[in-house]
Amino acid sequence: MSETPNTSGIVFDNVSRFYGEVLGINKVSLTIPPGVTSLVGPNGSGKTTLMNLMTGLIRPTRGSITVLGIPTDRPEKLFGKVGYCTQVDAFPRGLTGFQFLSGYLAVHGHSVSRAKELAGQSLERMGLADAAHRPVLGYSKGMRQRIKLALAIAHEPDVLVLDEPLNGLDPMARSETIALFRQWGEQGRYVIVSSHILHEVDRISDQVILLSYGYVVAEGQIQGVRSEVKEQPIQILIRCDRPSELASRLFTQDSLVEARVHEDGRGLLVRTRDAEALYLLLNRAVVDGGVQLESVAPADEDVNSVYRYLIGHDGSTT
Amino acid sequence: MSAAEIKSQPWNLWTRQAMAVARLELSRNFFNRRAWWIYFLAAGPIFLTVMHSLLAARGKWSCTLPADMMAYATIFQVYYLRLGIFFGCVGIFSNLFRGEVLEKTLHYYFLSPVRREVVATGKYLSGLIMAVVLFGGSTGVAYLAIAWHHGAAYQEYLLKGPGLTQFGQYIVVTSLACLGYGSIFLLFGLIIRNPMVPAALLMIWEAGNPVLPALLKKFSVIFYLKSLCPLDVPLSGPMALIAVNADPTPAWLAIPGLMLVSAAILFVASRQVRKMEVMYSE
Repeated sequence: MSETPNTSGIVFDNVSRFYGEVLGINKVSLTIPPGVTSLVGPNGSGKTTLMNLMTGLIRPTRGSITVLGIPTDRPEKLFGKVGYCTQVDAFPRGLTGFQFLSGYLAVHGHSVSRAKELAGQSLERMGLADAAHRPVLGYSKGMRQRIKLALAIAHEPDVLVLDEPLNGLDPMARSETIALFRQWGEQGRYVIVSSHILHEVDRISDQVILLSYGYVVAEGQIQGVRSEVKEQPIQILIRCDRPSELASRLFTQDSLVEARVHEDGRGLLVRTRDAEALYLLLNRAVVDGGVQLESVAPADEDVNSVYRYLIGHDGSTT
Repeated sequence: MSAAEIKSQPWNLWTRQAMAVARLELSRNFFNRRAWWIYFLAAGPIFLTVMHSLLAARGKWSCTLPADMMAYATIFQVYYLRLGIFFGCVGIFSNLFRGEVLEKTLHYYFLSPVRREVVATGKYLSGLIMAVVLFGGSTGVAYLAIAWHHGAAYQEYLLKGPGLTQFGQYIVVTSLACLGYGSIFLLFGLIIRNPMVPAALLMIWEAGNPVLPALLKKFSVIFYLKSLCPLDVPLSGPMALIAVNADPTPAWLAIPGLMLVSAAILFVASRQVRKMEVMYSE
């Protein structure tokens, strides 16, 4: 543990975790800033291990972790600021949804009346008010997911850790939950999400952490991560009126790998090793007056593409 | 830690949290179909004594009040204390953590802003309440039931004789048994996957207590409990070892001694909970 803990962010300092001889994560050093951070990686890559470590459910074999300056072996301090919605789909027997929430909120130290009030508010927020007095074990998969979320956010934590939080949610609930995460991220809170649904991760993330076989493969804002993958040509979608003519002009550039006319015939998808040179050439094409450009946008600055480039479909690191 | 530091700790918050844990545990576990065998063990003495009284009231069992009191003492010491309460406490206390690990629900406590020692204390408290209500209640009802057929004579024995004091002593012994065995089985449930094995070893240790050297005798729950029982049971042969207390401990030493030992075991259990990790897949 460092002498002066970093009170901002979630800090992993050379953290390794082994399960016997099996590697969970290895030599992870990173600082997670505020906003929505997505953990992305194939099954067994260490996402849940990372989350369990930052919430103290398991301890690191080596290294140290602090969350807003609090060591993770101090649950009495940590969980005043942290909420964790785990992937575990199990609930105590014999409790209704309301009893489940109010019971555990009372364990937080709230009075019984305050715990009940918070439980009511949280159930309302997650759209479970009507089912509040039904046994929680009888809930549908989506409702169980929502009540776990309700417990994780009931005390308005600064850090929200969510392991596959969208599992089992219907499209409406999914959309509302994503909006809630974004809102929390915009408020400057820390929202750490693991999800295998990459297009959803893409919609909500301010930054990503890519994991493979227990190692952090890349971290940061998605554009930054993408630009560091130099061996993969950058894809750019150019919307224009005469794509074939533009393609023939672009092929004068050596760094151009591929240029394909878009399916709708109103654009060009190009792959280049030198985006700067391509933009200069486009400017020249516009100035020369031969082509009318509508838009130029990166086509692979998304989690899905970065995941494919760095981890590959089969989960093997490139 | 100095006295001032101890005093400055958030005791009110910890008490509130421990009570919340206990309430939650009781609402989950008190009326639980899986615990049927514990209710069955607790109901044993009631069944025996009520049957005895019904048969005696119909003239099918001839007995005197002192004989009934001695019969009760025998049931209590030989069956209830050594088997009923003992195994009932195994079921209640060893499952407080182990049961939650098996049901994959322990993380809800560990993800709350509460010291794990407080969780352990709250769980122990809930187990103690459940055990004392079940076994203490059963002890009391069985004591009242065994000689109920004697009518006014038993009423007089209770109100003007030693009956009420004995009744209180049995309840105290039952409660102390739950306190002592509870702390041990809570610890067993934390450190050993199958607590029935150490429970069986402890039962052998407790049964062999009378033949142990004087110093080793003191490392036992039954040693203190036997001293507090109101009546000595006159058994003969090897069974006499179970009932006869050759080296009785005075109550002023037995009660706080047992409470201190339980507190020490609970402290060790709390440290164990502090170190615990949640890995359900294991």
